[in-house]
Amino acid sequence: MIYADNAATTKMSDKAIDTMMKVMKEDWGNPSSLYSHGQKAKEILEEARKKVASAIGAEPREIYFTSGGSEADNQAIMSAAAIGRKNGKMHIISSAFEHHAVLHTLEKLEKEGFEITLLDVHENGLVVPSELEAAIKDNTCLVTIMAANNEIGTIQPVREIGEICRKHGVLFHTDAVQAIGHIPINVVLDNIDMLSSSAHKFHGPKGVGFLYVKKTVRLNPLIEGGAQERGKRAGTENVPGIAAAADALLEAIDKMPEYSYSVSKKRDRLIAGLKEIPHSAINGDEKKRLPGNVNFCFEGIEGESLLLLLDDKGIQASSGSACTSGSLDPSHVLLAIGRVHDVAHGSLRLSIDEDVSDDDVEYMIDSVKEVVDYLRGFSPVWRDLTEGKREYIL
Amino acid sequence: MALYSDKVMDHFRNPRNVGVIEDANGIGEVGNVMCGDIMKMYLKIEDDIVKDVKFETFGCGSAIASSSMATELIKGKPVSEVMKLTNKAVAEALDGLPDYKMHCSVLAEEAIQSALEDYKKRTGKNIEEAIEV
Repeated sequence: MIYADNAATTKMSDKAIDTMMKVMKEDWGNPSSLYSHGQKAKEILEEARKKVASAIGAEPREIYFTSGGSEADNQAIMSAAAIGRKNGKMHIISSAFEHHAVLHTLEKLEKEGFEITLLDVHENGLVVPSELEAAIKDNTCLVTIMAANNEIGTIQPVREIGEICRKHGVLFHTDAVQAIGHIPINVVLDNIDMLSSSAHKFHGPKGVGFLYVKKTVRLNPLIEGGAQERGKRAGTENVPGIAAAADALLEAIDKMPEYSYSVSKKRDRLIAGLKEIPHSAINGDEKKRLPGNVNFCFEGIEGESLLLLLDDKGIQASSGSACTSGSLDPSHVLLAIGRVHDVAHGSLRLSIDEDVSDDDVEYMIDSVKEVVDYLRGFSPVWRDLTEGKREYIL
Repeated sequence: MALYSDKVMDHFRNPRNVGVIEDANGIGEVGNVMCGDIMKMYLKIEDDIVKDVKFETFGCGSAIASSSMATELIKGKPVSEVMKLTNKAVAEALDGLPDYKMHCSVLAEEAIQSALEDYKKRTGKNIEEAIEV
């Protein structure tokens, strides 16, 4: 099997599994208990907090562990909105292709009276900083823009965005779920006030994430109850998961230079190979993208069929086709970068990591070519295109 | 649990009656690119019997499997019987489809109906009368 869906989830690293097993077997106490067994768990928890903080340039007290990226996004945005409401500032700026954890939270706030501006992400999948600056108003309380897109992998100019936000005194949150552990991020250098992350995207366990919140920003709990996470996130901490997440993150940071070099080389080879398919196009900027992300549209075919046939060939991938989502619309990300429905249905995302070999890359290129060709062979849309009854879009 | 039944996967992987009939006397195309499924059915009807049928489909696994199964169900059958083919029959023959994929079987039914309409127009034959017989 060639696993090329690392943007969906990653395989846990051996180190993360070992850590998790050890904590589950030996240090399973409740960190809130005062006896030594509980206090050992508390030590592990605080050690993990230090590790995570060090990985992104934060202070340990600025890290709050959550159930994952979605919870962190929700909590960050709702907290910033509460601060805004208190100060009579009810305008939030985001981008059109954020994760639904952000977009749906913003929709909820819109119903509560907030004004939401979604910045254009253009054909290359990038926010333009000057357009952000022009959108900031006197009553803007928050800018929330993802560090890297989950579908097309484009990397936003986070540092510049943060600088603009600082200049105008606006809080800046970034959904960095796809970015943390894959590209360098430092909350101080990058001017970030709040950041969401999820462990299973960097070879840690599922069900664990964290929210970084600058110490001067007031965070509100989403979950009420005990005093865990300094009163900001009730519920007994998932100590084994948190410990494993911290170790996975340090490992990812440690490997990053080598990972970044070797994986982006394979990515570029994949892109070059898939470009040879006629009437295809890469989605998002070719260079300003995550090391492992490849996303294409192929005209005249539908993505789900492509995925099923690639699965038969042992390749696990993903698509933004409507048929894979259970709705009638293709991915909002592809629509946001201007892909029309016709071609958005024929999209393919390959998100690779270092486990993919050079031979695997060649095999994937050959397989995609073969399957696209096969499906086009009995596609009435492709027939119309080749017979000139319909105009090519790509 | 797998997304699709073994039958769906079989018809998806090895679709029956794929292609074009050059001298078809009934052609129907339904669906649109917006929702992501287009089906085209080619019928060759002789003596009120579907002598040959072929299809082309742009769509997901269940759309391709539904087209394939629908062609199998109507090949060699009298027009009067083909007219009564329902999406339910297609879905049942495939051992079921996920709820949100049922529209694929509807599309197969509609593609065949549309091809029969075309046949009616081309030949001036009143298919409804044929049913009475």
